[in-house]
Amino acid sequence: MKKNNILTLISIIGFILLLLVLNITLGSYKMRIFNLCGIYVILALSLNLINGFVGLFSLGHAGFMAVGAYTCALLTMSPETKEMNFFLEPIVPWLKNVQLPFPTALIIGGIMAAIAGALIGAPVLRLRDDYLAIATLGFSEIIRVVFTNTQRITNGPLGIKGLPTIGITGQSWEIVIWTWGIALFTIIFMVLLINSSYGKAFKAIREDEIAAEAMGINLFKHKMIAFVIGSFFAGIGGALLGHLMGTIDPLMFRFLLTFNIVLIVVLGGIGSITGSVISAIVVTISMEALRILDADMQIGGYIVKGIPGMRMVVFSALLMIVILFYQRGLMGTNEFNWDWIINRKKKIQKI
Amino acid sequence: MLKIRDLNVHYGGIHALKGINIDVPENKIVTLIGANGAGKSTTLRSTIGLVKSSSGKIIYNDKDITNRKTKDIVSDGLVMVPEGRRVFPNLTVEENLILGAYIRKDKNAVKKDMKWVYELFPRLKERIWQKAGTMSGGEQQMLAVGRALMTKPKLLMMDEPSLGLAPLIVKEIFEIISEIHKEGVTILLIEQNAKAALEVAHYGYVLETGSIVLEGKGMELLNNDEVQKAYLGE
Repeated sequence: MKKNNILTLISIIGFILLLLVLNITLGSYKMRIFNLCGIYVILALSLNLINGFVGLFSLGHAGFMAVGAYTCALLTMSPETKEMNFFLEPIVPWLKNVQLPFPTALIIGGIMAAIAGALIGAPVLRLRDDYLAIATLGFSEIIRVVFTNTQRITNGPLGIKGLPTIGITGQSWEIVIWTWGIALFTIIFMVLLINSSYGKAFKAIREDEIAAEAMGINLFKHKMIAFVIGSFFAGIGGALLGHLMGTIDPLMFRFLLTFNIVLIVVLGGIGSITGSVISAIVVTISMEALRILDADMQIGGYIVKGIPGMRMVVFSALLMIVILFYQRGLMGTNEFNWDWIINRKKKIQKI
Repeated sequence: MLKIRDLNVHYGGIHALKGINIDVPENKIVTLIGANGAGKSTTLRSTIGLVKSSSGKIIYNDKDITNRKTKDIVSDGLVMVPEGRRVFPNLTVEENLILGAYIRKDKNAVKKDMKWVYELFPRLKERIWQKAGTMSGGEQQMLAVGRALMTKPKLLMMDEPSLGLAPLIVKEIFEIISEIHKEGVTILLIEQNAKAALEVAHYGYVLETGSIVLEGKGMELLNNDEVQKAYLGE
Protein backbone atom coordinates (compact mmCIF):
# COMPACT_ATOMS: atom_id res chain seq x y z
CA MET A 1 0.00 0.00 0.00
CA LYS A 2 1.17 3.50 -0.75
CA LYS A 3 2.07 5.87 2.04
CA ASN A 4 -0.72 8.26 1.19
CA ASN A 5 -3.33 5.52 1.32
CA ILE A 6 -2.14 4.53 4.79
CA LEU A 7 -2.37 8.14 5.93
CA THR A 8 -5.92 8.32 4.55
CA LEU A 9 -6.90 5.10 6.29
CA ILE A 10 -5.46 6.27 9.62
CA SER A 11 -7.24 9.60 9.40
CA ILE A 12 -10.56 7.90 8.58
CA ILE A 13 -10.26 5.63 11.63
CA GLY A 14 -9.18 8.61 13.73
CA PHE A 15 -12.15 10.57 12.48
CA ILE A 16 -14.63 7.81 13.38
CA LEU A 17 -13.16 7.64 16.91
CA LEU A 18 -13.43 11.42 17.11
CA LEU A 19 -17.11 11.17 16.18
CA LEU A 20 -17.75 8.84 19.12
CA VAL A 21 -15.81 11.09 21.51
CA LEU A 22 -17.67 14.17 20.26
CA ASN A 23 -20.95 12.37 20.75
CA ILE A 24 -20.20 12.08 24.46
CA THR A 25 -18.61 15.48 25.04
CA LEU A 26 -20.85 17.73 22.90
CA GLY A 27 -24.37 18.47 24.04
CA SER A 28 -27.37 17.28 22.05
CA TYR A 29 -27.90 20.70 20.40
CA LYS A 30 -24.32 20.92 19.15
CA MET A 31 -24.41 17.29 18.12
CA ARG A 32 -27.51 17.92 16.05
CA ILE A 33 -25.74 20.71 14.16
CA PHE A 34 -22.78 18.44 13.67
CA ASN A 35 -25.04 15.75 12.20
CA LEU A 36 -26.59 18.36 9.96
CA CYS A 37 -23.08 19.19 8.72
CA GLY A 38 -22.63 15.56 7.65
CA ILE A 39 -25.92 15.59 5.76
CA TYR A 40 -25.04 18.82 4.00
CA VAL A 41 -21.69 17.31 2.99
CA ILE A 42 -23.60 14.52 1.23
CA LEU A 43 -25.96 16.98 -0.45
CA ALA A 44 -23.20 19.38 -1.50
CA LEU A 45 -21.12 16.57 -3.00
CA SER A 46 -24.06 15.20 -4.94
CA LEU A 47 -24.81 18.63 -6.41
CA ASN A 48 -21.13 19.28 -7.07
CA LEU A 49 -20.92 16.10 -9.14
CA ILE A 50 -23.66 17.40 -11.44
CA ASN A 51 -22.85 21.13 -11.41
CA GLY A 52 -19.13 21.13 -10.80
CA PHE A 53 -17.72 18.11 -12.55
CA VAL A 54 -20.05 17.63 -15.51
CA GLY A 55 -20.94 21.31 -15.72
CA LEU A 56 -24.69 20.76 -15.88
CA PHE A 57 -26.36 23.70 -14.19
CA SER A 58 -29.07 21.79 -12.33
CA LEU A 59 -31.37 23.43 -9.78
CA GLY A 60 -33.57 20.44 -9.12
CA HIS A 61 -31.94 19.09 -6.02
CA ALA A 62 -34.76 19.76 -3.58
CA GLY A 63 -37.10 17.65 -5.69
CA PHE A 64 -34.88 14.58 -5.52
CA MET A 65 -34.36 15.13 -1.80
CA ALA A 66 -38.13 15.19 -1.36
CA VAL A 67 -38.50 11.88 -3.20
CA GLY A 68 -35.85 10.26 -1.00
CA ALA A 69 -37.19 11.77 2.23
CA TYR A 70 -40.82 10.78 1.62
CA THR A 71 -39.97 7.27 0.43
CA CYS A 72 -37.77 6.57 3.42
CA ALA A 73 -40.22 8.11 5.88
CA LEU A 74 -43.23 6.18 4.62
CA LEU A 75 -41.29 2.92 4.65
CA THR A 76 -39.89 3.20 8.18
CA MET A 77 -42.90 4.52 10.09
CA SER A 78 -44.99 2.13 12.11
CA PRO A 79 -48.64 1.53 11.02
CA GLU A 80 -49.85 3.27 14.22
CA THR A 81 -47.90 6.46 13.56
CA LYS A 82 -49.12 6.46 9.99
CA GLU A 83 -52.71 6.21 11.16
CA MET A 84 -52.18 9.14 13.52
CA ASN A 85 -50.68 11.24 10.73
CA PHE A 86 -53.29 10.53 8.08
CA PHE A 87 -56.32 11.73 10.02
CA LEU A 88 -57.93 13.80 7.25
CA GLU A 89 -57.79 11.12 4.60
CA PRO A 90 -56.62 7.57 5.23
CA ILE A 91 -53.37 6.34 3.74
CA VAL A 92 -53.52 4.11 0.65
CA PRO A 93 -53.89 0.47 1.71
CA TRP A 94 -50.69 -0.81 0.07
CA LEU A 95 -48.57 1.54 2.16
CA LYS A 96 -50.45 1.14 5.41
CA ASN A 97 -48.77 -1.87 6.93
CA VAL A 98 -45.35 -1.61 5.32
CA GLN A 99 -42.54 -1.18 7.80
CA LEU A 100 -38.94 -1.78 6.81
CA PRO A 101 -35.71 -1.41 8.78
CA PHE A 102 -34.00 1.97 8.39
CA PRO A 103 -31.03 0.91 6.19
CA THR A 104 -33.28 -0.83 3.63
CA ALA A 105 -35.68 2.09 3.53
CA LEU A 106 -32.79 4.53 3.14
CA ILE A 107 -31.42 2.68 0.13
CA ILE A 108 -34.87 2.39 -1.43
CA GLY A 109 -35.27 6.15 -0.88
CA GLY A 110 -32.02 6.75 -2.74
CA ILE A 111 -33.04 4.43 -5.55
CA MET A 112 -36.43 6.12 -5.93
CA ALA A 113 -34.68 9.49 -6.15
CA ALA A 114 -32.31 8.03 -8.76
CA ILE A 115 -35.30 6.76 -10.78
CA ALA A 116 -36.86 10.22 -10.56
CA GLY A 117 -33.52 11.62 -11.71
CA ALA A 118 -33.42 9.25 -14.68
CA LEU A 119 -37.00 10.05 -15.70
CA ILE A 120 -36.39 13.79 -15.50
CA GLY A 121 -32.90 13.59 -16.94
CA ALA A 122 -33.92 11.75 -20.10
CA PRO A 123 -35.79 14.70 -21.63
CA VAL A 124 -34.04 17.54 -19.79
CA LEU A 125 -30.36 16.69 -20.28
CA ARG A 126 -30.60 17.58 -23.97
CA LEU A 127 -30.79 21.19 -22.86
CA ARG A 128 -27.85 23.36 -21.92
CA ASP A 129 -26.88 26.06 -19.44
CA ASP A 130 -29.70 28.34 -18.29
CA TYR A 131 -32.36 26.30 -20.06
CA LEU A 132 -31.31 23.22 -18.14
CA ALA A 133 -31.44 25.20 -14.89
CA ILE A 134 -34.97 26.40 -15.65
CA ALA A 135 -36.17 22.92 -16.65
CA THR A 136 -34.72 21.16 -13.59
CA LEU A 137 -36.07 23.88 -11.32
CA GLY A 138 -39.47 23.40 -12.91
CA PHE A 139 -39.42 19.64 -12.46
CA SER A 140 -38.37 19.99 -8.85
CA GLU A 141 -41.36 22.26 -8.23
CA ILE A 142 -43.60 19.75 -10.04
CA ILE A 143 -42.45 17.03 -7.64
CA ARG A 144 -43.29 19.29 -4.71
CA VAL A 145 -46.73 20.17 -6.08
CA VAL A 146 -47.50 16.52 -6.76
CA PHE A 147 -46.52 15.67 -3.18
CA THR A 148 -48.77 18.46 -1.91
CA ASN A 149 -51.75 17.02 -3.76
CA THR A 150 -51.35 13.28 -3.33
CA GLN A 151 -52.99 13.46 0.09
CA ARG A 152 -53.47 9.72 0.50
CA ILE A 153 -49.80 8.90 -0.10
CA THR A 154 -47.87 11.88 1.27
CA ASN A 155 -50.51 13.39 3.58
CA GLY A 156 -50.37 16.51 1.42
CA PRO A 157 -49.63 19.91 2.92
CA LEU A 158 -50.06 18.56 6.46
CA GLY A 159 -46.72 16.81 6.18
CA ILE A 160 -45.60 13.78 8.10
CA LYS A 161 -44.61 13.93 11.74
CA GLY A 162 -43.00 11.45 14.08
CA LEU A 163 -40.38 9.97 11.80
CA PRO A 164 -38.30 7.41 13.68
CA THR A 165 -34.77 8.54 14.53
CA ILE A 166 -31.87 7.60 12.30
CA GLY A 167 -30.49 4.13 12.94
CA ILE A 168 -31.71 0.72 14.00
CA THR A 169 -31.53 0.93 17.79
CA GLY A 170 -32.32 4.64 18.03
CA GLN A 171 -29.36 5.46 20.26
CA SER A 172 -27.61 8.80 19.88
CA TRP A 173 -24.22 7.42 18.86
CA GLU A 174 -25.87 5.64 15.99
CA ILE A 175 -27.13 8.87 14.45
CA VAL A 176 -23.66 10.35 14.13
CA ILE A 177 -22.26 7.11 12.73
CA TRP A 178 -24.99 7.02 10.08
CA THR A 179 -24.79 10.64 9.01
CA TRP A 180 -21.02 10.97 8.99
CA GLY A 181 -20.52 7.36 7.92
CA ILE A 182 -22.56 7.99 4.79
CA ALA A 183 -20.84 11.35 4.34
CA LEU A 184 -17.45 9.61 4.44
CA PHE A 185 -18.69 6.97 2.03
CA THR A 186 -19.91 9.71 -0.31
CA ILE A 187 -16.55 11.50 -0.15
CA ILE A 188 -14.63 8.31 -0.93
CA PHE A 189 -17.07 7.33 -3.67
CA MET A 190 -16.81 10.75 -5.32
CA VAL A 191 -13.00 10.79 -5.14
CA LEU A 192 -12.83 7.35 -6.77
CA LEU A 193 -15.42 8.31 -9.38
CA ILE A 194 -13.66 11.54 -10.32
CA ASN A 195 -10.30 9.80 -10.63
CA SER A 196 -11.74 7.03 -12.79
CA SER A 197 -12.02 7.29 -16.55
CA TYR A 198 -15.66 8.32 -16.08
CA GLY A 199 -14.46 11.27 -14.02
CA LYS A 200 -12.08 12.35 -16.78
CA ALA A 201 -14.90 12.14 -19.30
CA PHE A 202 -17.11 14.23 -16.97
CA LYS A 203 -14.46 16.94 -16.81
CA ALA A 204 -13.97 16.83 -20.58
CA ILE A 205 -17.71 17.39 -21.08
CA ARG A 206 -17.56 20.32 -18.65
CA GLU A 207 -14.63 21.86 -20.49
CA ASP A 208 -15.81 21.47 -24.07
CA GLU A 209 -18.76 19.39 -25.21
CA ILE A 210 -17.93 19.36 -28.89
CA ALA A 211 -14.31 18.37 -28.34
CA ALA A 212 -15.43 15.69 -25.89
CA GLU A 213 -17.84 14.29 -28.44
CA ALA A 214 -15.14 14.36 -31.11
CA MET A 215 -13.00 12.22 -28.76
CA GLY A 216 -15.73 9.59 -28.88
CA ILE A 217 -17.26 10.33 -25.48
CA ASN A 218 -20.97 9.59 -25.40
CA LEU A 219 -22.31 12.88 -24.04
CA PHE A 220 -25.82 11.79 -23.13
CA LYS A 221 -24.74 8.57 -21.41
CA HIS A 222 -22.19 10.33 -19.22
CA LYS A 223 -24.49 13.21 -18.35
CA MET A 224 -27.16 10.69 -17.43
CA ILE A 225 -24.79 8.66 -15.22
CA ALA A 226 -23.74 11.77 -13.30
CA PHE A 227 -27.32 13.00 -12.98
CA VAL A 228 -28.60 9.67 -11.68
CA ILE A 229 -25.73 9.25 -9.19
CA GLY A 230 -26.24 12.84 -8.03
CA SER A 231 -29.98 12.22 -7.58
CA PHE A 232 -29.30 9.03 -5.66
CA PHE A 233 -27.14 10.80 -3.10
CA ALA A 234 -29.59 13.70 -2.98
CA GLY A 235 -32.30 11.19 -2.08
CA ILE A 236 -30.13 9.67 0.64
CA GLY A 237 -29.33 13.13 1.99
CA GLY A 238 -32.99 14.12 1.92
CA ALA A 239 -33.99 10.96 3.76
CA LEU A 240 -31.37 11.55 6.47
CA LEU A 241 -32.46 15.17 6.78
CA GLY A 242 -36.08 14.15 7.23
CA HIS A 243 -35.25 11.58 9.86
CA LEU A 244 -32.97 13.98 11.71
CA MET A 245 -35.69 16.64 11.80
CA GLY A 246 -38.36 14.10 12.66
CA THR A 247 -40.87 15.81 10.41
CA ILE A 248 -41.22 16.55 6.70
CA ASP A 249 -43.67 18.56 4.64
CA PRO A 250 -43.69 19.73 1.01
CA LEU A 251 -42.79 23.31 1.93
CA MET A 252 -39.47 22.12 3.34
CA PHE A 253 -38.37 21.21 -0.19
CA ARG A 254 -38.80 24.60 -1.77
CA PHE A 255 -36.24 26.28 -4.00
CA LEU A 256 -34.64 27.78 -0.89
CA LEU A 257 -33.25 24.37 0.03
CA THR A 258 -31.64 23.97 -3.39
CA PHE A 259 -30.30 27.50 -3.05
CA ASN A 260 -28.59 26.61 0.24
CA ILE A 261 -26.80 23.72 -1.41
CA VAL A 262 -25.85 25.76 -4.48
CA LEU A 263 -24.46 28.36 -2.05
CA ILE A 264 -22.30 25.74 -0.36
CA VAL A 265 -21.00 24.44 -3.68
CA VAL A 266 -20.21 27.90 -5.07
CA LEU A 267 -18.51 29.08 -1.87
CA GLY A 268 -16.44 25.89 -1.67
CA GLY A 269 -15.40 25.98 -5.29
CA ILE A 270 -17.33 24.52 -8.21
CA GLY A 271 -15.57 21.29 -9.06
CA SER A 272 -13.73 20.65 -5.79
CA ILE A 273 -14.69 17.84 -3.43
CA THR A 274 -12.54 19.28 -0.64
CA GLY A 275 -14.10 22.71 -1.11
CA SER A 276 -17.62 21.31 -0.87
CA VAL A 277 -16.84 19.41 2.33
CA ILE A 278 -15.23 22.38 4.08
CA SER A 279 -17.88 24.79 2.85
CA ALA A 280 -20.75 22.46 3.89
CA ILE A 281 -19.42 22.34 7.45
CA VAL A 282 -18.66 26.07 7.69
CA VAL A 283 -21.97 27.19 6.17
CA THR A 284 -24.06 24.82 8.27
CA ILE A 285 -22.38 25.92 11.48
CA SER A 286 -22.57 29.60 10.63
CA MET A 287 -26.24 29.31 9.75
CA GLU A 288 -26.77 28.40 13.38
CA ALA A 289 -24.14 30.72 14.81
CA LEU A 290 -25.54 33.73 12.97
CA ARG A 291 -28.96 33.31 14.57
CA ILE A 292 -28.02 36.27 16.80
CA LEU A 293 -28.67 38.46 13.74
CA ASP A 294 -32.30 37.38 13.74
CA ALA A 295 -32.77 38.47 17.35
CA ASP A 296 -33.32 41.98 18.71
CA MET A 297 -30.16 44.03 18.56
CA GLN A 298 -28.96 47.00 20.53
CA ILE A 299 -27.06 49.43 18.32
CA GLY A 300 -25.77 52.58 20.10
CA GLY A 301 -28.64 52.82 22.57
CA TYR A 302 -31.37 52.00 20.02
CA ILE A 303 -33.08 48.68 20.08
CA VAL A 304 -33.50 47.33 16.57
CA LYS A 305 -36.27 44.80 16.39
CA GLY A 306 -35.17 41.42 15.13
CA ILE A 307 -36.07 40.42 11.59
CA PRO A 308 -36.35 36.68 11.02
CA GLY A 309 -34.14 35.58 8.14
CA MET A 310 -31.65 38.40 8.62
CA ARG A 311 -28.80 35.89 8.74
CA MET A 312 -29.56 34.76 5.20
CA VAL A 313 -28.67 38.28 4.04
CA VAL A 314 -25.10 37.58 5.16
CA PHE A 315 -24.95 34.52 2.92
CA SER A 316 -26.49 36.33 -0.03
CA ALA A 317 -23.96 39.13 0.34
CA LEU A 318 -21.17 36.57 0.67
CA LEU A 319 -22.35 34.81 -2.49
CA MET A 320 -22.34 38.10 -4.40
CA ILE A 321 -18.84 38.95 -3.20
CA VAL A 322 -17.56 35.52 -4.18
CA ILE A 323 -19.14 35.72 -7.65
CA LEU A 324 -17.86 39.26 -8.26
CA PHE A 325 -14.33 39.03 -6.89
CA TYR A 326 -13.41 35.44 -6.22
CA GLN A 327 -15.16 33.23 -8.71
CA ARG A 328 -13.05 30.22 -7.94
CA GLY A 329 -14.53 29.91 -4.47
CA LEU A 330 -12.54 28.58 -1.55
CA MET A 331 -10.69 25.80 -3.35
CA GLY A 332 -11.29 26.43 -7.06
CA THR A 333 -10.90 23.04 -8.66
CA ASN A 334 -8.06 22.03 -6.34
CA GLU A 335 -8.20 19.05 -4.03
CA PHE A 336 -6.67 18.20 -0.71
CA ASN A 337 -3.74 15.83 -0.93
CA TRP A 338 -1.17 14.51 1.48
CA ASP A 339 1.86 15.53 -0.58
CA TRP A 340 0.89 19.15 -0.25
CA ILE A 341 0.66 18.86 3.56
CA ILE A 342 3.95 16.98 3.80
CA ASN A 343 5.76 19.50 1.58
CA ARG A 344 4.35 22.33 3.63
CA LYS A 345 5.58 20.72 6.83
CA LYS A 346 9.06 20.30 5.38
CA LYS A 347 9.14 23.94 4.31
CA ILE A 348 8.12 25.11 7.77
CA GLN A 349 10.78 22.92 9.37
CA LYS A 350 13.43 24.42 7.10
CA ILE A 351 12.56 27.91 8.24
CA MET B 1 -10.57 5.02 -47.84
CA LEU B 2 -13.23 7.70 -47.43
CA LYS B 3 -15.81 8.33 -50.10
CA ILE B 4 -18.36 11.10 -49.84
CA ARG B 5 -21.12 10.83 -52.42
CA ASP B 6 -23.68 13.51 -53.24
CA LEU B 7 -23.75 14.82 -49.66
CA ASN B 8 -26.42 17.37 -48.78
CA VAL B 9 -26.60 19.17 -45.45
CA HIS B 10 -29.22 21.68 -44.36
CA TYR B 11 -29.05 23.99 -41.35
CA GLY B 12 -32.69 24.85 -40.91
CA GLY B 13 -33.55 26.57 -44.20
CA ILE B 14 -29.95 27.05 -45.28
CA HIS B 15 -28.60 24.61 -47.84
CA ALA B 16 -25.01 24.37 -46.60
CA LEU B 17 -23.71 21.51 -48.75
CA LYS B 18 -25.16 20.98 -52.20
CA GLY B 19 -24.32 17.44 -53.20
CA ILE B 20 -20.55 17.25 -52.92
CA ASN B 21 -18.33 14.31 -53.88
CA ILE B 22 -14.96 13.78 -52.23
CA ASP B 23 -12.51 10.89 -52.34
CA VAL B 24 -9.75 10.39 -49.83
CA PRO B 25 -7.48 7.51 -50.92
CA GLU B 26 -5.44 5.64 -48.35
CA ASN B 27 -2.05 7.10 -47.36
CA LYS B 28 -2.63 10.41 -49.07
CA ILE B 29 -3.03 13.98 -47.89
CA VAL B 30 -6.17 15.51 -49.35
CA THR B 31 -7.08 19.11 -48.77
CA LEU B 32 -10.30 21.01 -48.97
CA ILE B 33 -9.87 24.74 -49.50
CA GLY B 34 -12.35 27.55 -49.74
CA ALA B 35 -13.46 30.83 -48.26
CA ASN B 36 -15.41 31.40 -45.05
CA GLY B 37 -18.82 29.78 -45.10
CA ALA B 38 -18.07 27.61 -48.11
CA GLY B 39 -19.03 24.48 -46.16
CA LYS B 40 -15.60 23.10 -45.32
CA SER B 41 -16.24 22.58 -41.63
CA THR B 42 -19.73 21.28 -42.32
CA THR B 43 -18.24 18.57 -44.51
CA LEU B 44 -16.02 17.39 -41.65
CA ARG B 45 -18.74 17.68 -39.04
CA SER B 46 -21.20 15.61 -41.02
CA THR B 47 -18.53 13.02 -41.82
CA ILE B 48 -17.88 12.44 -38.13
CA GLY B 49 -21.57 12.53 -37.23
CA LEU B 50 -21.73 15.81 -35.33
CA VAL B 51 -24.12 17.21 -37.93
CA LYS B 52 -26.87 15.17 -39.54
CA SER B 53 -26.85 15.06 -43.33
CA SER B 54 -30.14 15.29 -45.20
CA SER B 55 -29.16 13.06 -48.10
CA GLY B 56 -26.12 11.40 -49.63
CA LYS B 57 -23.71 8.72 -48.54
CA ILE B 58 -20.47 8.67 -46.58
CA ILE B 59 -18.51 5.47 -47.03
CA TYR B 60 -15.47 4.71 -44.92
CA ASN B 61 -13.47 1.55 -45.60
CA ASP B 62 -16.41 0.14 -47.61
CA LYS B 63 -18.75 0.71 -44.68
CA ASP B 64 -21.66 3.13 -44.79
CA ILE B 65 -21.18 5.50 -41.86
CA THR B 66 -23.78 8.10 -42.85
CA ASN B 67 -25.45 9.56 -39.75
CA ARG B 68 -23.89 7.04 -37.40
CA LYS B 69 -23.01 7.94 -33.82
CA THR B 70 -19.80 9.90 -33.38
CA LYS B 71 -18.32 7.51 -30.86
CA ASP B 72 -18.71 4.55 -33.22
CA ILE B 73 -17.10 6.48 -36.06
CA VAL B 74 -14.23 7.59 -33.83
CA SER B 75 -13.57 4.06 -32.61
CA ASP B 76 -13.25 2.99 -36.27
CA GLY B 77 -10.26 5.33 -36.55
CA LEU B 78 -11.84 8.34 -38.21
CA VAL B 79 -10.79 11.23 -35.99
CA MET B 80 -11.22 14.98 -36.15
CA VAL B 81 -9.12 17.84 -34.80
CA PRO B 82 -11.85 20.41 -34.25
CA GLU B 83 -11.66 23.97 -35.49
CA GLY B 84 -10.24 26.51 -33.07
CA ARG B 85 -8.22 23.85 -31.22
CA ARG B 86 -10.79 23.24 -28.48
CA VAL B 87 -8.40 21.75 -25.93
CA PHE B 88 -9.80 21.23 -22.44
CA PRO B 89 -8.51 24.46 -20.86
CA ASN B 90 -8.63 23.55 -17.17
CA LEU B 91 -7.10 20.12 -17.57
CA THR B 92 -3.38 19.47 -17.76
CA VAL B 93 -1.59 18.58 -20.98
CA GLU B 94 -1.32 14.98 -19.87
CA GLU B 95 -5.02 14.75 -18.96
CA ASN B 96 -5.89 16.14 -22.38
CA LEU B 97 -3.81 13.45 -24.05
CA ILE B 98 -5.28 10.70 -21.87
CA LEU B 99 -8.76 11.84 -22.85
CA GLY B 100 -7.76 11.50 -26.48
CA ALA B 101 -7.32 7.79 -25.83
CA TYR B 102 -10.66 7.58 -24.01
CA ILE B 103 -12.22 4.96 -26.25
CA ARG B 104 -9.11 2.77 -26.37
CA LYS B 105 -8.77 -0.24 -24.14
CA ASP B 106 -5.16 -1.25 -25.00
CA LYS B 107 -3.32 0.44 -22.12
CA ASN B 108 0.21 -0.49 -23.21
CA ALA B 109 -0.25 0.76 -26.74
CA VAL B 110 -1.69 3.98 -25.32
CA LYS B 111 1.49 4.50 -23.30
CA LYS B 112 3.58 3.91 -26.40
CA ASP B 113 1.54 6.40 -28.39
CA MET B 114 1.86 8.92 -25.59
CA LYS B 115 5.63 8.61 -25.89
CA TRP B 116 5.38 9.05 -29.64
CA VAL B 117 3.28 12.21 -29.25
CA TYR B 118 5.84 13.63 -26.81
CA GLU B 119 8.58 12.84 -29.30
CA LEU B 120 6.63 14.53 -32.05
CA PHE B 121 5.97 17.57 -29.85
CA PRO B 122 8.87 17.98 -27.41
CA ARG B 123 7.28 21.22 -26.30
CA LEU B 124 4.30 19.36 -24.86
CA LYS B 125 6.59 17.16 -22.83
CA GLU B 126 8.05 20.22 -21.11
CA ARG B 127 4.53 21.19 -20.10
CA ILE B 128 2.98 17.92 -18.95
CA TRP B 129 1.55 19.47 -15.78
CA GLN B 130 0.57 22.80 -17.24
CA LYS B 131 -3.09 23.61 -17.72
CA ALA B 132 -3.87 23.56 -21.42
CA GLY B 133 -5.67 26.92 -21.32
CA THR B 134 -2.53 28.73 -20.19
CA MET B 135 -0.47 27.71 -23.22
CA SER B 136 0.07 29.73 -26.39
CA GLY B 137 -2.10 29.22 -29.47
CA GLY B 138 0.56 27.21 -31.28
CA GLU B 139 1.12 24.93 -28.31
CA GLN B 140 -2.61 24.43 -27.95
CA GLN B 141 -2.82 23.45 -31.61
CA MET B 142 -0.01 20.96 -31.06
CA LEU B 143 -1.92 19.57 -28.11
CA ALA B 144 -5.11 19.33 -30.16
CA VAL B 145 -3.26 17.38 -32.85
CA GLY B 146 -1.52 15.25 -30.23
CA ARG B 147 -4.81 14.52 -28.54
CA ALA B 148 -6.31 13.37 -31.83
CA LEU B 149 -3.27 11.17 -32.49
CA MET B 150 -3.87 9.47 -29.12
CA THR B 151 -7.13 8.14 -30.55
CA LYS B 152 -5.02 6.09 -32.98
CA PRO B 153 -6.52 7.52 -36.15
CA LYS B 154 -6.36 5.83 -39.52
CA LEU B 155 -7.81 8.92 -41.12
CA LEU B 156 -7.14 12.23 -39.40
CA MET B 157 -9.32 15.17 -40.33
CA MET B 158 -7.98 18.59 -39.41
CA ASP B 159 -10.14 21.67 -39.38
CA GLU B 160 -7.99 24.74 -40.05
CA PRO B 161 -4.94 23.89 -37.98
CA SER B 162 -3.27 27.18 -38.98
CA LEU B 163 -6.13 29.37 -37.73
CA GLY B 164 -4.86 32.38 -35.81
CA LEU B 165 -1.25 31.23 -35.60
CA ALA B 166 1.98 33.10 -36.36
CA PRO B 167 3.52 32.23 -39.77
CA LEU B 168 6.52 30.53 -38.19
CA ILE B 169 4.30 28.24 -36.15
CA VAL B 170 2.09 27.54 -39.16
CA LYS B 171 5.20 26.26 -40.91
CA GLU B 172 5.98 24.04 -37.95
CA ILE B 173 2.43 22.65 -37.88
CA PHE B 174 2.57 21.78 -41.58
CA GLU B 175 5.91 20.03 -41.10
CA ILE B 176 4.28 17.96 -38.39
CA ILE B 177 1.37 17.12 -40.69
CA SER B 178 3.84 15.69 -43.20
CA GLU B 179 5.53 13.75 -40.44
CA ILE B 180 2.25 12.25 -39.23
CA HIS B 181 1.48 11.29 -42.82
CA LYS B 182 4.82 9.49 -43.04
CA GLU B 183 3.73 7.34 -40.10
CA GLY B 184 0.95 5.98 -42.28
CA VAL B 185 -1.95 8.19 -41.29
CA THR B 186 -4.22 9.40 -44.06
CA ILE B 187 -5.06 13.08 -43.72
CA LEU B 188 -7.98 15.20 -44.79
CA LEU B 189 -6.96 18.80 -44.29
CA ILE B 190 -9.23 21.80 -44.32
CA GLU B 191 -7.58 25.16 -44.80
CA GLN B 192 -8.07 28.78 -45.64
CA ASN B 193 -4.34 29.04 -46.03
CA ALA B 194 -4.58 27.59 -49.53
CA LYS B 195 -0.91 27.89 -50.45
CA ALA B 196 0.43 26.02 -47.46
CA ALA B 197 -2.24 23.36 -47.74
CA LEU B 198 -1.80 22.74 -51.47
CA GLU B 199 1.95 22.47 -51.07
CA VAL B 200 1.70 19.46 -48.76
CA ALA B 201 -1.41 17.87 -50.30
CA HIS B 202 -1.49 15.18 -52.97
CA TYR B 203 -4.95 16.14 -54.08
CA GLY B 204 -7.16 19.14 -53.48
CA TYR B 205 -10.76 20.24 -53.75
CA VAL B 206 -11.97 23.82 -53.95
CA LEU B 207 -15.28 24.42 -52.23
CA GLU B 208 -17.45 27.45 -52.97
CA THR B 209 -20.81 28.09 -51.27
CA GLY B 210 -21.58 24.45 -50.76
CA SER B 211 -20.40 23.03 -54.10
CA ILE B 212 -17.08 21.77 -55.37
CA VAL B 213 -15.96 24.03 -58.20
CA LEU B 214 -12.48 22.65 -58.88
CA GLU B 215 -10.41 19.62 -58.07
CA GLY B 216 -7.03 18.31 -59.01
CA LYS B 217 -3.54 17.42 -57.87
CA GLY B 218 -2.11 19.75 -55.24
CA MET B 219 0.56 21.32 -57.46
CA GLU B 220 -1.85 21.66 -60.40
CA LEU B 221 -4.30 23.58 -58.29
CA LEU B 222 -1.51 25.72 -56.93
CA ASN B 223 -0.67 26.81 -60.47
CA ASN B 224 -4.28 27.11 -61.59
CA ASP B 225 -5.16 30.66 -62.65
CA GLU B 226 -8.55 30.72 -60.99
CA VAL B 227 -7.23 29.42 -57.69
CA GLN B 228 -4.38 31.90 -57.79
CA LYS B 229 -6.76 34.75 -58.40
CA ALA B 230 -9.31 33.75 -55.82
CA TYR B 231 -7.25 32.33 -52.98
CA LEU B 232 -3.62 33.22 -53.44
CA GLY B 233 -4.04 36.87 -54.27
CA GLU B 234 -1.86 36.93 -57.34
